[in-house]
Amino acid sequence: MRTAMANRLTPYMFMAPAAIIMAIALMYPLGYMVWGSFRDWNPSQTIGEAEFVGLKNYIFLWNDPNFHESLGVTLRFAFFVVTIEMVIGVGLALLLDREIRGISLLRTMFILPMMIAPVVVGLMWRYMYHPTVGTFNRFLDSIGLPRVDWLGDYALTSVIIADIWQWTPFIFILSLAALQSLPRSALEAARIDGATGWQQIIHIKLPLMMPVLIVTALLRLIDAFKVLEVILVMTEGGPGLSTEILALRISRTATEFRELGVAAAMSNYLLILLLLLTVGMFAFNRWQEARAARLNALVEEES
Amino acid sequence: MSTPNSRANPAFYAVIALLVFMSVGPVILMFMNSFKLDVDIISGTSGLIFMPTIQNYEQALCDVLWYEPEHLDFCSLKFGGAFINSLIIALISTALTLVIGCMAAYALVRFRFMGRDTVSLSTLMVRMVPPAVLLVPVFGLWNNEFCLDRDGIIGGAIRDAFGGRGDVCLAGTHSGIILIYVAMNLPFVIWILQSFIVQVPRSLEEAARVDGAGPFQVFFKVVLPLIKPGLAAAAIFTFRIAWNEYLLASALSDRDTRTVPILIVNNMSEFNVEWGVIMATGMLLAIPPIIFTLLASRQIITGMTAGAVKG
Repeated sequence: MRTAMANRLTPYMFMAPAAIIMAIALMYPLGYMVWGSFRDWNPSQTIGEAEFVGLKNYIFLWNDPNFHESLGVTLRFAFFVVTIEMVIGVGLALLLDREIRGISLLRTMFILPMMIAPVVVGLMWRYMYHPTVGTFNRFLDSIGLPRVDWLGDYALTSVIIADIWQWTPFIFILSLAALQSLPRSALEAARIDGATGWQQIIHIKLPLMMPVLIVTALLRLIDAFKVLEVILVMTEGGPGLSTEILALRISRTATEFRELGVAAAMSNYLLILLLLLTVGMFAFNRWQEARAARLNALVEEES
Repeated sequence: MSTPNSRANPAFYAVIALLVFMSVGPVILMFMNSFKLDVDIISGTSGLIFMPTIQNYEQALCDVLWYEPEHLDFCSLKFGGAFINSLIIALISTALTLVIGCMAAYALVRFRFMGRDTVSLSTLMVRMVPPAVLLVPVFGLWNNEFCLDRDGIIGGAIRDAFGGRGDVCLAGTHSGIILIYVAMNLPFVIWILQSFIVQVPRSLEEAARVDGAGPFQVFFKVVLPLIKPGLAAAAIFTFRIAWNEYLLASALSDRDTRTVPILIVNNMSEFNVEWGVIMATGMLLAIPPIIFTLLASRQIITGMTAGAVKG
């Protein structure tokens, strides 16, 4: 009797710690934030003392040109980063998909940029972009070209380049893994039928890799909205607002302008945006899987 | 694509060499600069030829060195203390996340009282939340709500022991930062571990149960040893986030619980950046992740592919 009881309780006992911690430190804070976003709240007050202002924070942000600017920067950053990284990463995977001696050593070197702290990555690139002592401008000097004001005129581009450096290997490794787990038979068949390299890539490799590529792109997209430290260290959002992505603006609104209510409302906007993106991608993924399953069923019926 | 003679193609190896140079170059550059004097970095006449010096490291670590470096009259950078804080926070939160996440993943896979779809969808949802979004509520809660009343028994005891005014709050303590890191990392760890636990054959567990092992014994003696690679991957990823995180730590820590990333950012925002010292601190912060990468790159890649491909 007692064992039966213990067995029935076991799953709950195993789940309890995780559930409790996530409830206290993740779900409760998120709810707290939604509640706080309706208040005029500054850091010295507790949330109970803050005045309830309804939708004022949301409306203020909706009409705030700085918020629009920052949202635009975020979207541009995320779009360019994900697109360029996907193209380069998948391209490299297709190019390097063959027996390479010492591939594990190569992969080790490629994942190095991802493991290093974003703060340190920002630090390295800020040094390399430095207008006078930086590596790039020194190089330009030495070959006689004019210097470029990397973190001034081209701040967003420079920030995007740094992110591409750090995260392209992620996509490269994932797509290489996907590529090497493709069914050999399909590729053999295509080769026997006389498909050229390009035809193989476009009609066989890419469609078969698609599910993995979509998930990879989704993960990168989510992470692109989280980037903060690299940009904070490199440009602190400047010059002007040209690299101030939303995450950075939230933290500045909270700590510098001391407007917790507005920062909370901004966080909610960001969350809603991310939620739409995630749900959209997830639905798309499901739809693709369903279609693939249907096609498979058709093929099996025919044979 | 793969013609038989493509292996010996020199252009192919040139591409690879270029890629390696691009990905490792900046790290090596920082490594070399951390051994240069500021004068050498700024004049920059020599790229590879310079007198290496450990002055930068001495200055960074001055509060934990057993001797006093000659070139230094005042130890302004409290790097050693921050390094110890970082270690405490990263190690404890990694250990906690692993234990708790492992148990939850096991329950989700074996007892299936929620569909796997629900779990992977909600993991994705939680993973989506940027740390910046947590900043405001965590700052408010940790400072105002998650407190022990100073007139209460435990709170009073802590106040008496450590001094200070007001209530005893989670903000400014190691445990406050650890709590949010554990919560942030749990979904990811559960997701990864679950894909490993699914592969453990059920018959093994049943055999153990027939031999009279309880559910906890089965878990610790049969399942855990079999999913070691998954545990390693999850551990490295958790450690990496806890070790590298800046934003939440900066909101929750005070003077005594500052971690290394905060120290680096604070020193960067000064007008006159001391490149040599900053690079030395950056290098020290980067060393643990680099060691992990060199030792366990296979597990890291397993973890990455398990997260994306099997999700």
